[in-house]
Amino acid sequence: MSASKTGLEGSGGDPTIDLVIRPARHPWRWVAMAFVALLAAMLVQTLFTNPRFEWSVVGEYYTSQTILLGVRRTLELTAIAMVMGISLGVVLAVMRLSPNPVLSGASWLFVWFFRGSPLLVQLLLWYNLSALFPNISLGIPFIGPDFVQLDANALITPYIAAILGLGLNEAAYSAEIIRAGIISIDHGQTEAAQSIGMSRGRLLRRVVLPQAMRVIIPPLGNDTINMLKMSALVSIIAVPELLFAAQTIYTRTFETIPLLMVAVIWYLIIVSILSVIQYYIERHYARGGSRSLPPTPLQSIRRFFGLSRGRLLEADGKRSAS
Amino acid sequence: MIGHASAKVMVQATGVRKSFGALEVLKGINLSLSNGQVMCLLGQSGSGKSTFLRCINHLERIDHGRIRVDGELIGYKEGNGYLQEMHEHEIARQRIHIGMVFQHFNLFPHMTVLQNVIEGPIGVKRERRQDVTERAHAILKRVGLAEKVNAYPRQLSGGQQQRVAIARALAMRPKLILFDEPTSALDPELVSDVLDVMRDLAESGMTMIVVTHEIAFAREVADHVVFMGGGEIIEQGKPADVLGSPSHPQTQAFLAKVLV
Repeated sequence: MSASKTGLEGSGGDPTIDLVIRPARHPWRWVAMAFVALLAAMLVQTLFTNPRFEWSVVGEYYTSQTILLGVRRTLELTAIAMVMGISLGVVLAVMRLSPNPVLSGASWLFVWFFRGSPLLVQLLLWYNLSALFPNISLGIPFIGPDFVQLDANALITPYIAAILGLGLNEAAYSAEIIRAGIISIDHGQTEAAQSIGMSRGRLLRRVVLPQAMRVIIPPLGNDTINMLKMSALVSIIAVPELLFAAQTIYTRTFETIPLLMVAVIWYLIIVSILSVIQYYIERHYARGGSRSLPPTPLQSIRRFFGLSRGRLLEADGKRSAS
Repeated sequence: MIGHASAKVMVQATGVRKSFGALEVLKGINLSLSNGQVMCLLGQSGSGKSTFLRCINHLERIDHGRIRVDGELIGYKEGNGYLQEMHEHEIARQRIHIGMVFQHFNLFPHMTVLQNVIEGPIGVKRERRQDVTERAHAILKRVGLAEKVNAYPRQLSGGQQQRVAIARALAMRPKLILFDEPTSALDPELVSDVLDVMRDLAESGMTMIVVTHEIAFAREVADHVVFMGGGEIIEQGKPADVLGSPSHPQTQAFLAKVLV
């Protein structure tokens, strides 16, 4: 606060020259804060006083074997579906941008189908695939002998159907995200890479995709979080993930609300962890994007509480001056 | 045609034509440049000089005519009575020998200065990392950026970025470097740093084709000046002749405008 008190020589006799600068006032922020605090207090009150939440039941099942297995299955499904979706998404995006009209058209068709029909319907279709194709065989199409004959009923377990449904659906969405990321990169980058003799593949791997990541990661992180929650849909085809696990318990005990609470709490915890991971991945890909990296959440919190306003102003001034 | 009759021809353009849709931007360009010489392409914007430059490393496909660099036809293979358009990887192989420096630098922003410079030699030419890194340090020292090796492009001024771009081109050990208005995007006080590096390169015997508006640079450094207008070569020759006593009214008008 004392910094601004140093008078300037030759101030021209301006009487305000020695006055201390005070930051702008924000009275409405306090009003908003009071309002939000009130709502929060009401929420906390009902959480603690409404006996129908049955928190003791929540505590009892929270780490039960069935639920933990469900959590594991949910994480597994999310991870496999995302890996499958993103890998296939990269291929689809590159195909779509290819000058070859057949590849580009095939990619478009894939995205059209898997983005155009509801995920729930796709899951049911995969689950019932054996009704359409009772036998699945590998061999030479139309004429040839079959090398492998498989019974679709045995091959398409609920788990496989879930992975196919979630993964292929995600592929369609991530293909669009990745394509958008690729075309967001300035054409000058391509020309510079070509001018040093880079091949198309290397250009994509070394120059375009790493830069496109900055555009791609936030929506893909969003998709991952979405996938975690969408995986609850596969409870409809009896895959014992988190929601299905909760359901199996409450159909037996009729403690519906507490078990749904168990599921909600688990989903919230996992999503929170994923959000933090996403933040740090975004930060990693921001390298070279601006002159200084954005602060970590911890740094911003420390900045908010730890520093006096005067020092904050000073720090801001330094940043904009550089 | 140019100076030393004994030096071999590095760039030979014959009847080069190029259209963008209905607009013909190159209407039959003929020129040649000997090894070790510097050519400056001058002319108003829209005269086709940048397009022609980009045809030399096949960033633009030509519709008619031939461009040869060091005797090799660019972008096409001669078959028996026909010309076969090259595959992308064959064109990429030709571009290894032709460096290019762009108006907007086009450095790779996610790589450090050093990584920008070594990317081509290591990733494309498959040279040993250690050799390339040593060479890159020497080149960066030569362009005056020895202490910026680990900086990212956005942490550098425009002039510094353009010198990194020149270093990136040099690290490939090209036979020829193309400069596409290398100082047009720079603040006036940074132009001379880049021109100094280019002058140094020219003196060391690098073959260069420079599209520029820097008349003083052309007069001092170029062996050959080409003045273009409306997709054609209007006048060409030694800088003293073309810039000192231009014979074509369009050249005279242009020089009168830029040499205020």
